[in-house]
Amino acid sequence: MSEIAAVVVIGAGPAGLAAAAEAARGSDRVLLVDAGPRLGGQFWRHGAKDDLPQAPAPRWHHGWDTYLELRTDLERAEAAGRLEHLASTHVAALDVREDGLLALHLALSPTGEQLTTLLAETVVLCPGAYDRQLPVAGWTLPGVMAAGGVQAFVKVQEQVPGRRVLLAGTGPFLLAAAASVLQAGGEVAAICESGDLTGWVPRGASAALVPGKGREGAQYAALLVRHRVPYLRRRVVSRIHGTDRVESVEISRADDRGAQVPGTAQVLEDIDVVGLGWGFVPQAELLLQAGAASRLDVDGSLVGVVDGEQASSVPGLFLAGEITGVTGASGAVAEGRIAGRAAAGRVSGRAAESSRKDASARSRHRLFASAMHRAHPAPAGWADSLDEGTVVCRCEEVTLAEITAARDELGARDPRSLKGVTRAGMGMCQGRICAAAMTCFGTDPLEAARTTAKRPFALPLTLGTLASAEEGTE
Amino acid sequence: MTSSPAPDDHVRITVDDVPLSVPVRRTVAAALMLEGRQAGWRVTRRAGAERGLFCGIGVCYDCLATVDGRPGLRTCLVQVADGMDVRTGTVDV
Repeated sequence: MSEIAAVVVIGAGPAGLAAAAEAARGSDRVLLVDAGPRLGGQFWRHGAKDDLPQAPAPRWHHGWDTYLELRTDLERAEAAGRLEHLASTHVAALDVREDGLLALHLALSPTGEQLTTLLAETVVLCPGAYDRQLPVAGWTLPGVMAAGGVQAFVKVQEQVPGRRVLLAGTGPFLLAAAASVLQAGGEVAAICESGDLTGWVPRGASAALVPGKGREGAQYAALLVRHRVPYLRRRVVSRIHGTDRVESVEISRADDRGAQVPGTAQVLEDIDVVGLGWGFVPQAELLLQAGAASRLDVDGSLVGVVDGEQASSVPGLFLAGEITGVTGASGAVAEGRIAGRAAAGRVSGRAAESSRKDASARSRHRLFASAMHRAHPAPAGWADSLDEGTVVCRCEEVTLAEITAARDELGARDPRSLKGVTRAGMGMCQGRICAAAMTCFGTDPLEAARTTAKRPFALPLTLGTLASAEEGTE
Repeated sequence: MTSSPAPDDHVRITVDDVPLSVPVRRTVAAALMLEGRQAGWRVTRRAGAERGLFCGIGVCYDCLATVDGRPGLRTCLVQVADGMDVRTGTVDV
């Protein structure tokens, strides 16, 4: 597309699909850019054969009908020449030009090659999120995965990445991941939930706000009961054992801060996959690159500030989905619809039609999510009795002992100084996996969260790619 | 190669010179795990430890391998293709 796009939607998950579908009703120059080869994002991740006509709904998916409706809308818009989908394309950087246009720097995914620039009048940013991680002894052993990674594997391979899985961390997603494992024919040894869930009534007031969540929860509960999966509250993984891969897992009771209580360890034998997840981290680097206002959400996530139309503090930049607060797919669809309409409306100069239905769904899902986040906090005490030799930064293999030494002996008291001294956060993942841990070593939580989420490019690019992009612009 | 052709829904790849027949829907990471029977394949520079699939969605860069001569690719994001050559071990990027 050589012309300037009216609306560019970044991300083809629930929020992005909804945003693109709505934007294409109000504009005929819409572009949907996504790093994945297929539509759906992480939530509706699927294999090629699931997109064939008459393919059955994959059994581990929720809201598949909504996906199919949105996909049909987009196909129609594409056929009418109103929308174009750029698959396997990663937005490496996003900035605001002096003339007010937004510049997107694109690279091919997954190689990160062929950097090109695209201009847009408006952007709807729907980058989604990934599993939040906290270090634990043995978590670098092969077979230890993110809980979301276990589910992503099942969604495409229709098989479990092992035989007997332990899921641990906090939050209802652990139940969803366990259900996928069972549905794909695997075994779930147990689910360890660090919280005690007092004050959380799954079928009570909060779930009444969003009946879909209640149904989903009841389905998971029935499945877990049928397979006799123990759901252990106030329990955390205290050490993962194995030589070349996971073999067994030691779990311990958790105290009020979510820290392991010494002397309560129990070993679960014969486990070949561990799925860890402490909620989700929205991908915030493009938000920060564009200079949009951000804040800390109730779950500690760095999220963008939006108004009622999902507009950020940067003119022309709209936000939808997890980047405004981790709320789940249904809330993301509502936000995406509102943002897509608003973005197209801004370009055409016609005020976006307001939808009371979307606005009400958005507020119900946000309320439910904040109740959920309060019931499932990422434990503040994760490092309290952690073995000193535990690797915190997986890329650069920096241990807890090295980080605390840098803090206590060299006075490095924020993630940036610690990175300079220890290299923690300086590796290939650009500090994404250790960010939740590293922010805990800062004194100002918001500043620490912004520091760990700041990246000049959203993916590591080679000097060759950068140099050839430079030549291309001359 | 003298081995028999792959079934319709399978492709042939080689992992460190060992031929493997894998379903087309595999990512390289899934092929390494399910058909290659490997939990870890990248060797870290500092500890010399093996790493495998962790985040599964392209975020963590733990599952890197050299694919068709290209070093440092995230195997969780690369689909297998017939004739693909996969090299594991230490990755220099």
